Formats: sequence, C-alpha cells, structure tokens
Amino acid sequence: MTPSPGPVYTDHVDTVAIRAEGLEKRFGGTPALTGVDLAVEAGELVALLGPSGSGKTTLLRIVAGLERPTAGHVYFGGEDATFVPVQARRVGFVFQSYALFRHLDVGENVAYGLRVRPRHLRPSRADIRRRVSDLLDLVQLSGLDRRFPSQLSGGQRQRVALARALAVDPKVLLLDEPFGALDAKVRRDLRRWLRDLHDRTGHTTLFVTHDQDEALELSDRVAILNQGRIEQIGTPDEVYDRPASGFVAGFIGEAVRLPVDVADGIVTIGPHTLRNHTSSLSGPAALYVRPRDLVPADPHGGVPTRVAGVRRAGPARRAELLLADGLPTIEIELPADLTVARGEILHVQFRTLRLFPA
Amino acid sequence: MSDRATTEHAVLKSTDDASGVPSHGGRPVWPRPTIDEAPLTKAILVVLAVGFLALFIVLPLIAVFAEAFRRGLDHYLESFADPDTQAAIRLTLMVAAIAVPLNLVFGICAAWAIAKFDFHGKSLLITLIDLPFSVSPVVSGLVFVLLFGAQGLFGKWLAAHDLQIVFAVPGIVLATVFVTFPFVARELIPLMQEQGTSEEEAALTLGASGLRTFLTVTLPNVKWALLYGVLLCNARAMGEFGAVSVVSGHVRGLTNTMPLHVEILYNEYNFVAAFAVASILAGLALLTLMAKSVLEWRYGDALARTRLY
Ligand SMILES: Nc1ncnc2c1ncn2[C@@H]1O[C@H](COP(=O)(O)OP(=O)(O)OP(=O)(O)O)[C@@H](O)[C@H]1O
Ligand SMILES: [Mg+2]
Repeated sequence: MTPSPGPVYTDHVDTVAIRAEGLEKRFGGTPALTGVDLAVEAGELVALLGPSGSGKTTLLRIVAGLERPTAGHVYFGGEDATFVPVQARRVGFVFQSYALFRHLDVGENVAYGLRVRPRHLRPSRADIRRRVSDLLDLVQLSGLDRRFPSQLSGGQRQRVALARALAVDPKVLLLDEPFGALDAKVRRDLRRWLRDLHDRTGHTTLFVTHDQDEALELSDRVAILNQGRIEQIGTPDEVYDRPASGFVAGFIGEAVRLPVDVADGIVTIGPHTLRNHTSSLSGPAALYVRPRDLVPADPHGGVPTRVAGVRRAGPARRAELLLADGLPTIEIELPADLTVARGEILHVQFRTLRLFPA
Repeated sequence: MSDRATTEHAVLKSTDDASGVPSHGGRPVWPRPTIDEAPLTKAILVVLAVGFLALFIVLPLIAVFAEAFRRGLDHYLESFADPDTQAAIRLTLMVAAIAVPLNLVFGICAAWAIAKFDFHGKSLLITLIDLPFSVSPVVSGLVFVLLFGAQGLFGKWLAAHDLQIVFAVPGIVLATVFVTFPFVARELIPLMQEQGTSEEEAALTLGASGLRTFLTVTLPNVKWALLYGVLLCNARAMGEFGAVSVVSGHVRGLTNTMPLHVEILYNEYNFVAAFAVASILAGLALLTLMAKSVLEWRYGDALARTRLY
C-alpha cells in the first residue's frame, strides 16, 4: 500500500489544541490517572506511550468525553470542555477494536456521523454520498462501500474506522492503539500511511500505543505514562536520548537495569568500577544499559565480561554479557567484523552511563 | 472494564480475520464434523431421535387435528360459533396484546441495564429474571392470589376501592406478564453482553444522541434476537395454563382464556369443541416455529453478522 497523494477534505486550519490540567481518575478506590498535565499544539501528532494498565486509554477517553475525570480539567482551544458532553466535543475517536457498526455497510458507517446531525446542519444526500466516496478514496477503500465490516480484513476495518471518524470533520483525532490488532507488516504500512495522512490533513492527533517504535517513528512528541502519571513529554529524540527518569530510561530502547553504587565519581557494579562524569548522584542507584551503549574494548581498557550467548536482532548481532554472577545480563550490539562465542571473555567500554536514583 | 473486554475482542478478531468464517455465497459454511460414526450407529441414532420425536411430538399434534376434524369441517367451524369460545379467544388475544409489549419493554430495559452497565445487585437481578422459569407456574399464580386476593396482603384495600384483580382480567394479565417475563430478556442479555458498548460509544463520539444511538445502533444489533424473543414470549403468553388457571376463577365468557376453555370443554365431554380450540393453539405453535425457521433461513446472514463480527 503506497500512499498516493489524494484530495484533502478538511478546511481545518484554526489553532485548536487540547490541554489537560491536573487530571485525576479513580475507578472505585484505585487511581488510574494522577495529576496528568498535557498540552497538544494544533496540528501536532502526539503519542501516549506506556505499559499496559498505565492509563493511556483512560486519558484518551477523558479527552474524548467518554469518561468524566474525578478531578481536573480538559480544554479544547482555550475553552473548558470538561463538562461538554461527548457529542458536542467534535472528536474523531478510533477505538482499539474499531467498533464499526456491524449492521451497516462501509458507506453507511462512514456516513453515520453526517446522517445523525440535526436537519439544519445535515448535508444533502448527494453531498453525503460525495463526501463518503471522497473519504473512501482518501483511505484507499474506494469500491468497498457495499461491504459489511465482517467482510473486511483487519487493516481495511482500521481504515474504515478512520474514515468514519474523519467524516464529521473533527477538531481533534483520538486513536486508541490504532494498529494494535494487526500483523507487523500491515502495521508498518499503515503507520507510514497515517503519518502521510496527518501531514496532508493536519488534524491535531493524540494516539495511544504501547509500541515504542511506533511512537518514536510516527509522532511529533511522545508522552510517556507510568502508573497513571506522565513521566516525560518530549520529541522522540529527547525521550530517547535524554530520558527524564529511570522509568523512561528503562522503558525506551531495550535497556537493562543494573543495581549500582555511586560514590565520589566512581560507579561500582558488582566487582567492577567505572569512572562517572555525568551524574552527581551518590549512594545506591540504577544504571540503564542499552545495546548501543557498549563498545568492545581492548583487554587493558575495558570491563571484562563473559559472553552468555549470541543472537540475531534484526540487522545486527547481539551478545548477552554477564558482568558478574547474580547480575542481569546486558546486551551489546556487535560490529560486523567481530565474532565471539559463548563462554569467551569480552572486554567492553561504556559510551554513556545512564544513572538514575534507585 | 469495557475497555478490557474490547481489547480481548480485538485480539480474538485479529486471529479469525485472516480467514474469517468460511462462506459460500455469503452464507456461513461450517466445517464437516471430524468424527465419522459407523453407519449402523448413525442409523440407530437417527431412528431413535426421529422415533422419539414422532411418538412424543408429531403424533399428539396430529391427534389434536384429527380429533378436531373428526366429525367434519362443519362441526369444527360450529365450535367457534359458541359465544364463550369466542370470548375465550378474544381474552387470550387481549392478554397477549398487553403482556407481550410490556415484556418487550421490560426485557429490553433489563437486558440493557445488565449488559451495558455495572451496578450493585446486578447478579441478583439476573437471578430474579430467571425466577419465573424456575418456579412452578401454579406457585406464580398463587403468589398473586396471596397478594391481591380477598384474604391477601392488599385485599382489604382493593375491596375498599372496589378494585378486582384476582379472578378478573387484571390478574390474568399480571400472571401472564410474570410467567413470560424472561423470554425477551434471556434472548437479549447474552447477545448484548457479547457485543459490548464500543459501538454505542462510537455513535456518541460521532454526535448521535443517546436515544438515537439506541435506535440506530443498539436495537438493530439485537433485532433478530428481539423478534425471536417476542415470538416465544407470545406463544407462551397465549398458551399459559397453570398460573392463569389459579388467578382466573374460570368464569365462562369472562375470565376464561383459550387453554382454560379447552380444559372446561374437555371436562364436559365436548371433545370436538375442545380439540377445535386446541387446534388453534397448536396451529399458533406451528406458526411460531415456522416464523422462527423463516427468520433463521431468510436472515441467517444478518443474524450471523450480529454475532460474529
Ligand atoms: N472501567 C474501569 N473500571 C475499573 N478500572 C478500570 C476501568 N478502566 C480502566 N481501569 C483501570 O485503570 C487502569 C488504567 O487502565 P487503561 O485502560 O487506561 O490502561 P491502558 O494504558 O490503556 O492499558 P492497555 O495498554 O492494556 O490498553 C488499569 O489499572 C485498569 O485496570
Ligand atoms: Mg488501552
């Protein structure tokens, strides 16, 4: 599926944005969100990234108006929308499971939002038909308008759901794990396609994912959630290169967490010591190690490790290394010309030390 | 909670998406059974099943019609000239015409509340819905006598206000509503639970009002189950004997429904008339079954769609 430049159907250029302030949500006694602040600029594509149960869906549903916050406010373009009912918020919501109307065909699904408008706001039948066919062009499903949802593939359903949400010309687009139920190849295609669609239509978009590659590749900014809190908001580069907390450092970039001790510029990992230039911490701390943080070193310079295994990871080969018994194995991305075998000793050097309070 | 459910749905769906349900000309084709019995076993099973059906269901049904027409069509039709019989037919139709719409509304409300909301006492409500199925109809009837009879809980108050419930039409309607309550709700609850709330939520985000969402999303998604429930409810409402018998008082021409009238005629050795009225009830049952089969055959695709996707 190559995205083709198609017609653009929104005249949507005003500077609306989403702002959440001090959002709290409790289900019974258990908090699902605590003190969430979030601002999304007009036209921005922001990803909500976090582990399962971190509150991503809850936040999205509160923004949509499908759920009431226990405390806090939601603003749409400066207006307090906290108590505006969902129907009046003009959001395009794409559900995790698509939630297409099973008894309506594709064309009727897309037309639904226009048909339910009060008479004086409802476009004429001909206009609705035209708009539906334009939208189906946009999502590359022309000609499938007589099919029922049960007769579509997962990726096609996904795009129908998007077309249906776009039909009402929403102020913001909210997508809950839009590609969650699709296989890897379709995911990648749709990801590109969505980015392209966003660039063309310019909708302010908030989308939920638990796939960090998806978040980093697709979004302008990423908000990382953990246990109902936002740990960090920033561009993909910022969150990847400068994680603001131990959680983010551990969540992004396949990092392994090592318990260490820091004192007077010296980091102690089990029997090994490293010089620390980056952090002013002292006492017990956590060191997060990504595969690319390590480089092989000559036997006199680096830290000796034992190779516990070698495996393929996409284009690269990785070795699992053991610093000392009892510590978790860390990974190194091997240069193409280096071969190591299990049981060998490999000396490594740390390019950076990502230290956070334990 | 709803989100959890939809997540599971999505996962389930993605696995069967690739193949979908195998279909042939739009109608689902089910896989062959993997177990193939020996021909003899098969024959014995079939003979047993068919024989049982013939003995206990087809034969009595034929007997009803045979008995009704024993003395010819004239006698058969003459049976319906009796004003008491006509009154019984009218009363039965009227009771059904009140009970079925009431239970349609109650059933939808109960199913809606149970399937789409979480509240305290939900499991109690589910149990209560099943009560009319699990308790003997005679007991159901007695409950109304105990409540509204002359010696009953509200008996004095009713007498003081000159209201007659037991041994009158209101009692019959009440008993019938009680006995037929579960049919619609029972049909709807599992289907609605399976379908979840995400389609309704989608409609809301698209700007539809609550009522509109109900009419354009919830109702169409359950319409076949609803129709089926109404058919069963109606059949039972017209055929109910036990509960109605207790509260009716058997006043000929006034509080006699068709099933009660059949019994009276039969006890009076008026066999032709008894079976003539019975044949109407039997015919009604046959019609219900036919309507159900036609529904399933004609709208099998739409029916499958409401369940599978
Ligand atoms: N309706 C509800 N009733 C009770 N608890 C809920 C409800 N919805 C969510 N929760 C709880 O709130 C927390 C956050 O849930 P949420 O669905 O927002 O997580 P999520 O980040 O979207 O997770 P996932 O990636 O698995 O979809 C979880 O602990 C969940 O159990
Ligand atoms: Mg979620």
